[in-house]
Parts: sequence; C-alpha cells; structure tokens
Amino acid sequence: MLTSDARPRRPVAANHECMSLDTTQVMKIAHLARLRITAEEAQTYADSLSRILGLIEQMNAVDTTGVAPMAHPSESALRLRADEITEPDQREKFQAIAPAVEAGLYLVPKVIE
Amino acid sequence: MIDKTVAELAQAVRARHISSVELTHAFLERINRYKALNAFITVDPERSLAQAKAAATRLAKRETGALIGVPIAQKDIFCADGWLTTCGSKILSNFVAPYDATTIEKFNAAGAVILGKTNMDEFAMGSSNEMSYYGPVKNPWHTDSVPGGSSGGSAAAVAARLAPAATGTDTGGSIRQPAALCNLTGLKPSYGRVSRYGMIAFASSLDQGGPIARTAEDAALLLNVMAGFDPRDSTSLDRAVPDYTATINDDIRGVRIGLPREYFGEGLNADVARAIETAIAEFKKLGAQIVDVALPNSKLAVPCYYVLAPAEASSNLARFDGVRYGYRTPEYDDLLDMYSKTRAEGFGAEVKRRIMIGTYALSAGYYDAYYLKAQKLRRLIAEDFTRAFEKCDVIMGPTSPTTAFRLGAKTDDPVAMYLSDIYTISVNLAGIPGMSIPAGFDGKGLPIGLQLIGKYFDEARLLNVAHRYQQVTDWHRRVPKGFE
Repeated sequence: MLTSDARPRRPVAANHECMSLDTTQVMKIAHLARLRITAEEAQTYADSLSRILGLIEQMNAVDTTGVAPMAHPSESALRLRADEITEPDQREKFQAIAPAVEAGLYLVPKVIE
Repeated sequence: MIDKTVAELAQAVRARHISSVELTHAFLERINRYKALNAFITVDPERSLAQAKAAATRLAKRETGALIGVPIAQKDIFCADGWLTTCGSKILSNFVAPYDATTIEKFNAAGAVILGKTNMDEFAMGSSNEMSYYGPVKNPWHTDSVPGGSSGGSAAAVAARLAPAATGTDTGGSIRQPAALCNLTGLKPSYGRVSRYGMIAFASSLDQGGPIARTAEDAALLLNVMAGFDPRDSTSLDRAVPDYTATINDDIRGVRIGLPREYFGEGLNADVARAIETAIAEFKKLGAQIVDVALPNSKLAVPCYYVLAPAEASSNLARFDGVRYGYRTPEYDDLLDMYSKTRAEGFGAEVKRRIMIGTYALSAGYYDAYYLKAQKLRRLIAEDFTRAFEKCDVIMGPTSPTTAFRLGAKTDDPVAMYLSDIYTISVNLAGIPGMSIPAGFDGKGLPIGLQLIGKYFDEARLLNVAHRYQQVTDWHRRVPKGFE
C-alpha cells in the first residue's frame, strides 16, 4: 500500500500499516503541542486521531515520485519592504489586554532560578 | 426594507429615502427578536448606531462611500478595534481587538456599519457551526438543522434577514458550504485577492475572506470593497481590482461550462444531483456550452487537506499561550504548566484534534510521509484544474453532497464531518476562486447550492455567470418561513 516515498522513516506503531496511535504516542504529541490531557482523554483522542489518520492514509494510493511539492498557491518569492519604521509605539494599548503585565513587561512564572 | 438587497439599500441611503440609523435599528431589532438562532456572538447597538450616525454626517458633507450607511455583519474572525473578537473560542473569550483587520478598515472606509460579530466554528474549524464555544447556530430553513460552517452565523444571519450581507472566510469551504445550506450567494476569492491582515489565521496558505450575500450583484459590491493589495499581508497580490459590477450583465452566450465527472458520482444526494442538472440546463438555455472535464485527483483533496490545514493550524495556534492576550488558566505551577493548562482549557475538542494531527504530521520522522506527501498531492490537484480550464471557462457542480443535516448528526464522527467539504476543498488547495449560488430545494424544503469554480483571479466571470442565472431564476429570492 505504501509507496516508497511515503514510508515513514521510523515505524508509527507496531502495526504501522493502519497508522493507529496509542495513548503513549498521543500523550507525547499533546506534550509537544503544549496541551495537557488526562489519561482518559488520551484514549478518546487515540481513537479519533487514528480514524483521521485512516482518512489521511488514502494519500498513499497515488505515486508522487518526482512531483515537486506545492507549498502555496502563489509561488512567487515573498516581498521585502524597505527597512523603515512604519508602526507607532502602541505598547500601552496592546498590553492593556494582557493577562499580567508590570512596568511594560509581560509577566510569566519564573523560568530561571 | 428588511428584504432589500445591499445594492437597493445603498441606493436608498444615498438618496436619503431612509437613514442609516433607522436601517441599523431595524436590523438590530430583528437580531434581538431571532436571538434563538444564535447567529451572533457580539452585538453592540451603541457602537453600531454611532457608526450609522457617522455615516449620516458623511452623507451630509456629500462624502461618498460604496456602502455608506449600510449595515454589514462581520464574522467574528476579523479583528475590529474595540470589539470583542473571539474567533468562536474560549481562549479569545476576553479578547477586545486593539486594531482593525484590513477588511474591517475597508468596510469602515466604504461607510458600512458593523452590525455585530457573527458566530462561527472555533477558529473556523468545522462544517456545521457546532464547534463554537458559544454554542451551535440554527439554520433558518429548518431550525433542527445546521447552517453549515464555519461561517454559519454569517449565513444564518443573512438567510433570516438579520443582516443584508455578511463576511465569511473559507479555508476548505467555510463560505460556500454554509451559503449552499442557507440558500445564499457566497464567494471565496482567489488566494491573495483579499487581505488576511487581522483575520485570525487558521491555515495560512488556504484562508481567504469573502462575501456572503443574497445576490451575485451584492457579492460583487462587497468584493469591490474587500479586494485589493495590502502591504501588511505578505501573501496579498498586487493586481488591479476591477469593478466587479461592471461586467456582471455581460452576455454569457458561448461561455464554456466544464462538468467534472468526479463531482457527480457516488455519495451525491439524488435531490442535489437533480437540482444541479436542472441548473445546468438553464445555463444551456442562456447560451452556455457544456463540456466534460476530468479532475482525477479530486478524491485525494480531503486526505491532503487534513494534513496541510492541521499542520499550518498547529503552527498558527502556537501563539495562544496565555501570555500576551486572551484567556490564562487561573492556577499553574510553572511556565510549561501555564501553557498546557491554558491551552487545554481554552481550546475545544476539534481544535485540539487538529493541533495534534498537525503536530504529529510535522514531527521528526513523519514530515516526509505526511506533510511533503500532501504538498505533492496538492500540486497534482492544482494541475488538474489547470488542465480542465484549457477546455472551459467555468467549472460547475454541487457545493455540498447533501442539504443541511440535523444538529448533532455528525458531531461524534470527525471524518463524516470532514467529508461534507468533499467538493469545496480542492478549490482552496489550488488557490482559485469558488462560489455557491442557490439552485433549488430538496424534498424537505432545504436549499441546494450550485458551485461555480473559476480560473485564478477570474472572480468577475463567476459573478457574471451567477448574476445571469439569477436574472432567470428566483431561488435566491426565497425567504425561509417565519422570517419574512
């Protein structure tokens, strides 16, 4: 089923042909995405994400060897603008909607001891 | 007055037959009366009426503006200075935008009044408007059914005559599918035609803003306002904007309409198929030529999209971390804990699913198998259209395989929900313009949409073809029962 250029470099799971995810993998993905999920939720997500991956697997029906990837509908190079200051300082306006600020700085929990 | 088009209302306000304040009042009153549809997330009469008064002042000074004094509903994905802008999400439930999206700026410059911010699937991820933190929207044609999504609030509002027209955004069908399910005219412009600045990003290589209106003429009027180059959007294209109303009446004799056989196969509801065939026959009577075309890779559009869109979304939505704006979890131990609790509590289940699919598809070891593979398929899908357009000027087919489905019918099965966009998604992947126009009703009295697909930057042709059809049919004039 898998064409050579579609084969994952590392197996997805013991049975990677059906590309199903187990709860350990889901917990790892959730951590990478900075989403806290419970063990119970991990099972629910493992089921629904596996179903979605089953849909995605249909991509492998087509051989894409030699096809150049298309990242974008307008493939021209991105524009550059002149290196000039164009925006006024709106720090107060923007920080007025922040969860926690002090002395013009955004506050977060301590990260360096 | 409630049933007048944007073109008629703009004319009436300019001629001082009605004031913008009266008009805005009338629509605000209807929004309040039909609150049960849940079409709006935010209504702010004071702000709207202040804009209406400003329009009157401008008129008194003999200033012009294409939509001066006309109230327009804005999808809650567009940042509007001073307006709560939630994108249908808890994570932005306290976000009062500190600036205007380019689209909002352009509507303001044209003299339009912001009538309110419409409900939507969270971060535009959905096809039924049931994924909103603010609850589902009901379809005015059948209030037990969905209005489609993600621009479901905009579609329900325009269909129920709570607004003369609205904006939407379309990443995989989010303008066209709700337009089809609510008997409206919706246009997704070519990628790069309408600025994405201040339009909260879902999948940046696919998202486009566009109009949801009742007629093609109104859609043209709105596109005239929305389209154009914007230096603040790096993917906006610097191409001249035609007056889309100027060519709307052109003769369509000899126009070649391509019918992709892949759009008329298995899975297409029989009533929908019949209505599309009847519409095609009408175009023949108008002098159009019908040709067969092939889009052999179209069946791969949904799987391809569900790699690319979540991949882009997982990256775009990384900005919601509870630091600079939006919701922050009340209790946390350290920075990581704050991030992951904020995001877990702030995002709904569908958004989390897509973030995780995207994160997985982009993670080390899987990038080639998923992301790169999908990008290669994207090229094949785009090339299908290039080939098809060698034989025709416009492609036509159904917008959606079925009419509006029941609320709750697909909420437990994400894959079934994804397949409701089977005919619309490939258009976003290719970056070309697509439109949906009213083309009849099924046995239950639910609207059916005809999809029109055009060449890159050929919106004028789509609007022209749609307008000519609306001159000889009256589907688009039908009003849902109870909303007359």
